[in-house]
Amino acid sequence: MQDNSNTILSEALEAISAADDLRTLDATRVAYLGKSGLVTGLLKALGAMAPDERREAGATINIVKNRIAEAIEAKRAILEGAALSTRLAAERVDVTLPARPLQRGTIHPISRTMEELTALFGAMGFVVKDGPDIEDDWYNFGALNIPAHHPARAMMDTFYLHAAGRNRPMVLRTQTSPLQVRTMLAEPPPIRMISPGRTYRSDHDATHSPMFHQCEGLVIDRGITLAHLKGCLMDFLRAFFEMPDLRARFRSSYFPFTEPSMEIDIAWDRKTGAIGGGDDWLEILGAGMVHANVLANCGIDPRDYQGFAFGMGVERITMLKHGIADLRNFYESDGRWLSHYGASPFAPVMLHEERGL
Amino acid sequence: MKFSLSWLKTHLDTDAPISVIAETLSSIGLEVEAIEDRAAGLAPFKIVRVIEAVQHPNADRLRVCRVQTDQGEVGVVCGAPNARTGMMAVFAPPGSVVPGSGMVLKIGEIRGVASAGMLVSERELGLGEDHDGIIDLPADAPLGMSYAHWAGLDDPIIEIGVTPNRGDGFSVRGVARDLAAAGLGTLRPWSPAPVLGVGESLVAWRNEFPDACPLVVGRTVRGVKNGESPDWLKRRLTAIGLRPISALVDITNFFTIDLGRPLHVFDAGKVTGGVLTLRRSAGERFAGLNGKDVFAGADDCVIADAQGAQSLAGIVGGEATSCDAATTDVFIECALFDRVRIALTGQRSGIHSDARQRFERGIDPSILPQALDAATAMIMALCGGQPSEMVAAGAEPTWQRDATLRFDRLGSFGGHPVSTDRAVSILQDLGFVVRAQDADQVTVGVPPWRNDVAVTRSNYTYDPAIYAVNGPVSLLDPAPELAAERAQRAAAGAAAVAAEVDLLEEVLRIDGLDRVVPVSLPAMSAVPQPTLTARQTRTMRARRVLAARGLDECVTFSFVAQATAAQFGAVPERLRLANPIAADLDQMRPTPLATLALAAQTNAARGMTDVALFEVGPGFVDATPSGQNLIAAGLRLGATPLSWLDGDRALDVWDAKGDLFAVLAELGVPLDSLSVTAEAPRHYHPGQSGTVRQGPRVVLGYFGTLHPSIATAFDLPMRSIGFELMLDAIADPKRRRKAAPDLSPLQPVRRDFAFVVDAVVPAETVIRAVRGAERTLITEVRLFDRYEGEHVPSGKVSLAVAVTLQPREKSLTDAEIETVAGKITAAVAKTTGGVLRGER
Repeated sequence: MQDNSNTILSEALEAISAADDLRTLDATRVAYLGKSGLVTGLLKALGAMAPDERREAGATINIVKNRIAEAIEAKRAILEGAALSTRLAAERVDVTLPARPLQRGTIHPISRTMEELTALFGAMGFVVKDGPDIEDDWYNFGALNIPAHHPARAMMDTFYLHAAGRNRPMVLRTQTSPLQVRTMLAEPPPIRMISPGRTYRSDHDATHSPMFHQCEGLVIDRGITLAHLKGCLMDFLRAFFEMPDLRARFRSSYFPFTEPSMEIDIAWDRKTGAIGGGDDWLEILGAGMVHANVLANCGIDPRDYQGFAFGMGVERITMLKHGIADLRNFYESDGRWLSHYGASPFAPVMLHEERGL
Repeated sequence: MKFSLSWLKTHLDTDAPISVIAETLSSIGLEVEAIEDRAAGLAPFKIVRVIEAVQHPNADRLRVCRVQTDQGEVGVVCGAPNARTGMMAVFAPPGSVVPGSGMVLKIGEIRGVASAGMLVSERELGLGEDHDGIIDLPADAPLGMSYAHWAGLDDPIIEIGVTPNRGDGFSVRGVARDLAAAGLGTLRPWSPAPVLGVGESLVAWRNEFPDACPLVVGRTVRGVKNGESPDWLKRRLTAIGLRPISALVDITNFFTIDLGRPLHVFDAGKVTGGVLTLRRSAGERFAGLNGKDVFAGADDCVIADAQGAQSLAGIVGGEATSCDAATTDVFIECALFDRVRIALTGQRSGIHSDARQRFERGIDPSILPQALDAATAMIMALCGGQPSEMVAAGAEPTWQRDATLRFDRLGSFGGHPVSTDRAVSILQDLGFVVRAQDADQVTVGVPPWRNDVAVTRSNYTYDPAIYAVNGPVSLLDPAPELAAERAQRAAAGAAAVAAEVDLLEEVLRIDGLDRVVPVSLPAMSAVPQPTLTARQTRTMRARRVLAARGLDECVTFSFVAQATAAQFGAVPERLRLANPIAADLDQMRPTPLATLALAAQTNAARGMTDVALFEVGPGFVDATPSGQNLIAAGLRLGATPLSWLDGDRALDVWDAKGDLFAVLAELGVPLDSLSVTAEAPRHYHPGQSGTVRQGPRVVLGYFGTLHPSIATAFDLPMRSIGFELMLDAIADPKRRRKAAPDLSPLQPVRRDFAFVVDAVVPAETVIRAVRGAERTLITEVRLFDRYEGEHVPSGKVSLAVAVTLQPREKSLTDAEIETVAGKITAAVAKTTGGVLRGER
């Protein structure tokens, strides 16, 4: 009995060792451990034995059975691993082949800048106002202390429409200041607003476009002074250009709707175009304390409230920030230019994120 | 406005270098636009004497010169025909750069003779075109002196931009006064000696239009000789770009620039009738000194003699009565014209002149007789002659007015507490006269040349008619809708503070805005209020969705050629520009798709045929605020990107619909509430386009294949697709909390159905019928196949849908599923007549 078991065991282990695929291995399993297998046959024979003999033989057979089963499982793991390796080798692809094409579009740099303006001024408590591109000339001029004969009208080459409203000519707004007027008429102070948007002037050359974008701002409250104007704009410029120590100079100037009026230059290098460096100055903003007549035209008593307004060209600050050379490209919709200068739709403009295109 | 440094120094005693002058001018509001220093590149070039010029031994056209320089004698080979022994010339030493050519001079040898420099021509110095020979100076030209200095070229020309408020900035004297106030020197006094005129003027004034001209003075100078001006005057005018004409005319130009005081000279011999009348024009036309015909209408003031209009007052004189070389008796006009009328006449005539520029900004109304005397004196000095008595018509208007500055406002408005003494001294330096002062405030008289300070009736316009339009005390133009009380209170407030702010501006301007210490805006709340409205946020999200889907955002013009606009919508006359900058930019576009088509055309013409563009911008229906729609429009051309995996495929209407619905979904529009109908504007293919509505009326957008005629017109591929989303039509989301989500633990069941329906039945009807068949269980209906052909009867189509059933409380039994299936089949049969495929 003992010999028989050992014979079966050694034969089985040999067969298992010889099995070179799962099917052979399974056949081996059936041959020894299956219903009619040799080991099963030994177990069946136990019934005919005397109890003492059965116990001894049973223990032996079980050892044999377990060793065969273990050997089969071990072999199975080896064979399966080999089979998997073979399959994986067969399934190999050239991963340097390109993926399915991704069509990624871009946000226009003008929109991107306007979103950045929104984030920066939003952090200072400003809200964004928008409104019509077509205004009657009261909103664009009259309310802003620019009467019809005023030489300042010649400063802005205005587009007129054939339409007329309220007995006044309709114009394409030359600035987004009409939105300041609309806001002052509609809402009581305190006011903090910016109005990025399209503006129009009949000027067309390398550095002027008949349509362009401005962002104007207005702060009206009690106790707002020219020092706040400077603080607010310095805070903005340094954040926008991401230069905490950007130098700027404030020069007296004139706008009909502000007094005192000023233009603001930032330091730059004329030769390299680099912002912040160099000894040259580059005009970037117009600003001033809101003229008493403008406040009064909008029903605000300048004895109660005062404040400041400012305006800047969106294209201009975009060109400076990103080193874009030619204004005309902004409107030409050349796919190559858009891909080059456009911003990712996924790039956040939040202040706590690293900004940039 | 241009002037030379030397001209400035006739009014200002200063040692300040040009760089400091320029910086100061820009700081105080007289922005320097350019400084032209003609001497800058000419420093190396000095005056020399040609000791001897002899024929070159080896070249016919060359001379060998021995040249005496301040550094010693050098030998120069020269090709100029006028090089000769003894002449005074200009020498360029080795190492210097010749401005005209950029060439660096080297010591060399020309045909075997050494040459250590060059004798130069005007052209070589970049000073002119004269290249007939080298510069030939007078014998007394000092050897060794800088040529630029000798020629007066080392006098920098300063060009400033004068803002419209500063009439006085259009005079050298006004600029000098500002600089003196800013601490850059001392303003020289100006007090012309009175002229003792003798005898009656040959020409007298008659003023029939005092509203346009409250005061005019003049006089005749007899027996003048009107030749060329002396060098100093010619040089002064030439330097700033004015062409010398004749002494008399040059003198008027001199005073226009020097004092900002335009003058005009008539040839008294050409004035008919002995009287010049200021009057309204009778619609006259005359030849102007600008070389063009000048027309004057009834609202324009002219100066006329018995023959008619001879001058458009304050803007341009007439040819017929102008002075020329034969003039012997000259009549000088020195007038004060109303700035508003000049501005309006100027706009009407379109004539830009130095005189108009000054009159329309306002000139000094107090110096007419003195200016006339100064001009007379200069005429007598340069042209001789005998002055007559002064003739005048009208009276000097009241310009005197006071303004008060409360010192605390320097801090509480200007944010810069300038000391009292400093503030008062700045005002005094600018010509303001202190009338009263205490610890709290100062009251000053406003100088006559400052038409921009404490503006009142008496100094803004002399014309009551114009004034009546602008109101009695101020120049306000209040909003018509303001309540009377609010408007009056605000107007009174403006009247109370306006003059004071004028003075504040003067103090801050001269002290320097750079000295105001910046203060950050105080926070209104710890966390700022929302910056964008829901609508503005939607706009930003729409942009991001489209860019994420592969479209590049464009910004195109809001106006376009009318013919182009007409291909995309209505082109009402009210939306036409009255003064377009170009004929192809004359109509407000009905939709951004119009300009995107042009952009696509440009790209396609550059060989980029697979572009995808979008724009979020306005389209115009009429000229009112509500007639402007914010539209997200997109255009795709060509095919999907080529790939080794899937090849590529032509774009189709489903791409357009996909873009549109992607945005709608992102903007939170409940897609179940939308309906699509097979109609769209004319620029879409009529059979491959649709309109998306929310409810029966609200149109949210259009999509489709572009109409073949549009594709042809813009040279675009036939399978170009577009869409337009009306961003303003999207409603703000209701501010309510979302219901809890249905997170059933039970597995959903999917059942597929294929219905055979008439081909004309819209798929959406089938989908709606299925969805509506059992609302509590059916959570999703997805159409996954559309088939027509073999095994489907002609005129019919098979639509296959996958239906998801979501059990709520317990798993569905087969019987329950069969019941739902039965309801679905019945619902489709009822609404569309469709039957399950395989059934009859």
